[in-house]
Amino acid sequence: MQMPKTDESVIARREELAAGLREIVPGEGVIDGEEELRAFDCDGLMAYKQLPLIVVLPETTMQVSDILKYCHANNVKIVPRGAGTGLSGGALPLADAITLGLGKFKKILDIDFENRCVVTQPGVTNLGITTAVEHAGFYYAPDPSSQIACSIGGNVAENSGGVHCLKYGLTTNNVLGVEMVMMNGEIIRLGGKHLDSGGLDLLGVITGSEGLLGVITEVTVRILKKPETARALLIGFPTMIDAGNCVADVIAAGIIPGGMELMDKQIIHAAEDFVHAGYPLDVEGLMVVELDGPDAEVNYLVERVEEIANTANASYIRISENEDERARFWSGRKNAFPAVGRISPDYICVDGTIPRKKLAEVLRRMEGISEKHDLRVANVFHAGDGNLHPLILFDANIEGELERAELVCADILTLCVEVGGVLSGEHGIGVEKRDLMGTMFTEDDLKQQQRLKCAFDPGHLLNPGKVYPELHRCAELGKMHVHHGKLPFPDIPRL
Amino acid sequence: MADTLKPENDVQLLDAIKWAISEKTPLEVVAGGSKRTYGRPTQTAATLDVSGLAKIKIYEPAELYMTAQAGARMSEIDAALLDAGQQLSFEPPDLGPLLGGSENVATLGGIVATNLAGPRRIKDGAARDHVLGFNAVSGRGEIFKSGGTVVKNVSGFDMSKLMAGSFGTLGVMSTITVKVLPMPEKVRTLLIRWGADAPDDHVAMTAMSQALGSAHDVSAAAHLPAAITGRSGVDYVKSSSGGVTALRLEGPEPSVKHRTQVLKDEIKGFAEIEELHTKNSATLWREIRDVQPFVNCDNLPYVWRISVPPTSGSHVAASILQYLGGEVFYDWGGGLIWLALTAVPGAGAETIRAALMEMGGHATLVRAPSDIRGSVAVFQPLSGPEAMVTAKIKEGFDPDGILNPGRMYAGI
Repeated sequence: MQMPKTDESVIARREELAAGLREIVPGEGVIDGEEELRAFDCDGLMAYKQLPLIVVLPETTMQVSDILKYCHANNVKIVPRGAGTGLSGGALPLADAITLGLGKFKKILDIDFENRCVVTQPGVTNLGITTAVEHAGFYYAPDPSSQIACSIGGNVAENSGGVHCLKYGLTTNNVLGVEMVMMNGEIIRLGGKHLDSGGLDLLGVITGSEGLLGVITEVTVRILKKPETARALLIGFPTMIDAGNCVADVIAAGIIPGGMELMDKQIIHAAEDFVHAGYPLDVEGLMVVELDGPDAEVNYLVERVEEIANTANASYIRISENEDERARFWSGRKNAFPAVGRISPDYICVDGTIPRKKLAEVLRRMEGISEKHDLRVANVFHAGDGNLHPLILFDANIEGELERAELVCADILTLCVEVGGVLSGEHGIGVEKRDLMGTMFTEDDLKQQQRLKCAFDPGHLLNPGKVYPELHRCAELGKMHVHHGKLPFPDIPRL
Repeated sequence: MADTLKPENDVQLLDAIKWAISEKTPLEVVAGGSKRTYGRPTQTAATLDVSGLAKIKIYEPAELYMTAQAGARMSEIDAALLDAGQQLSFEPPDLGPLLGGSENVATLGGIVATNLAGPRRIKDGAARDHVLGFNAVSGRGEIFKSGGTVVKNVSGFDMSKLMAGSFGTLGVMSTITVKVLPMPEKVRTLLIRWGADAPDDHVAMTAMSQALGSAHDVSAAAHLPAAITGRSGVDYVKSSSGGVTALRLEGPEPSVKHRTQVLKDEIKGFAEIEELHTKNSATLWREIRDVQPFVNCDNLPYVWRISVPPTSGSHVAASILQYLGGEVFYDWGGGLIWLALTAVPGAGAETIRAALMEMGGHATLVRAPSDIRGSVAVFQPLSGPEAMVTAKIKEGFDPDGILNPGRMYAGI
């Protein structure tokens, strides 16, 4: 992985910079001992590790602002970091950059049930928001599988999803406002407890910007009332193709389930061995479909999905009769990753999205990719929204396997783009998929995105080396092609 | 030279913009023209009319998306969706009549560029939440795209959000892909008919907040004060002696029936409750969506769209109306105030924005004569850093100020 050229002169100034930061964040908030720095050397993408130059853990927005001002003045790069659970290497440190962790921003600032929103600091976990409001029957809808650990600030940076996004949207559809510090130290507030602020939708741009545009110091999210009931169906199929067709049939019937997940045989077996969820072992594909809402609606839709599944050649159907059973249906799916960890020393979790109708083709071609590189691929999908999470199984101790696994990953993502999908559904580009951006975007597309970056961070000091394979200088990006001539385009109809 | 360029394909669109750049001729970008007077007046020498780019290109009901050219009429899009039992769930309004023009001429490009949304905004989001991807030509004369056709996508910056609500100041979209969703099987509306001696609007905010905070999945909540109800085409609204609060329930039939009953029981303490069925529901919510109470009100020339935290809706409205003569009604559970004013100086901008300073939110002047829109801040004034970023974004997308210059703010 090629990272931006390290600036040795910054590394040489390490002690001076640490002292400068201690003026802003006194005490233990500045970390520069090698042993302590090691805790920050990677995020959830553990294949890449790098010791940060210094780690700073501020506690107030003013400190964040002062840190960024200081770094801006000293031309020092910043890598923002939430809980460090990201799967695409968005918080991977750089040798010449300061990692700015938001882990101490742990307070929920305001719970407003009447306006159905929560104002929180970014270090609060995703689940922490739900925990804070569930006594009144509310919850925060986006639920990435790392929700116990991942922070809401990181969710905003990555536009995180989860199993419920088909019905309830991604982070971007559930965030109402942020407070953010820009690289020059200016504090900017976008949105609030109201909807759709006038002016350019900077809030929408910040969400999913992977720490390239600013450091988020406060988030306002909307909360929803918990549905009265949720019931799940466990549906097995003799082939994955049948399962894929059933997904399409449910959607075509006008039903948008709360969650619709699909697992292949390898996952089913690994999960069953691990958590004993009661999964059938004689099926090739297993779906968990969850319907939530008022009792009357859920019971009605459960029946309809059951009918559709029967018509779609299902060989196994079970419907949860109580909360315990519903939780058991989910337990296998929710533990799919650790379950795979038991059958393979290492794995890479791929994250691409495809149009639903291409599922059969993509599955077939993924088999080919798996054979070509001689590595197993196990499949688990957010089937409802076409978001694939193929797990590439390998052993890093066997020479060449990691490299082959990365090739499988690149081949699968290229395939996703080729069939009309995208490189990342919810994990972000980070460093992991950075070099594949060219498969999805033209040079002009990428340049235009970078011009947006230039409006926030013209010096490219925030999280460089992430998302974009090559950062053009802003001055260069700003130049216009000169178009000469008088009316060179006489063919346009004029009125 | 008041030229109008009317490209018929993407190549001609690109050529038109390149021509404008080379001739340093700022363009006013229009399609249906229904919202041409929404925003600040532009100083342009030529018009770029994209209504010739009007085709629905791909519609895949089972994939839940549609790709259409920016100039495609909403009326055609709605008809195509209706055939497949689907809809754009953000309920795009038709502001044509409100702004003194015709109905059914609005286009997809216009809806996205103004980031509008109807009553279902509170549940399903605005145009911004439904744009999955687009192709556009920037003010640099370069084609660029972003997004795709799938809902889950975090591949690069979310430029769709940026384009939505940018009023054509950054790029001219040629095609847009939007998320589509199934239409609800059944729709019911509960009306709380406040009596003639009803308390102020705040009790309606409380009722809406209670309904929206319930598990009954209320998809729209609006309040029409007594001064407004008489203009409705729905008898139950029109005949009410006081104001009316409307709560909409949608979904599969058994679910809607059940929820209607339960919610009715929960709110019956407020006032008399009526139930609207399919046709009356559709009429009422369309009236609210399209701001029909303020169509053809000659004595109320100015219309503001004010977005606030829902429970402060009535307070903000009261604090404005104590100084200015006018009328209001509320959508989005109180979070959206439609305010119509008499011909007060400066369109009342100072009073309105002072009221917002206290409670938070933003106000946009949607209807006013051109001279007023030229002298009053039509959009909520930006903070220093926000204004700086906005100016730099404009510079990155349209450095020569060719596209709708000044439509949003001076120079933007």
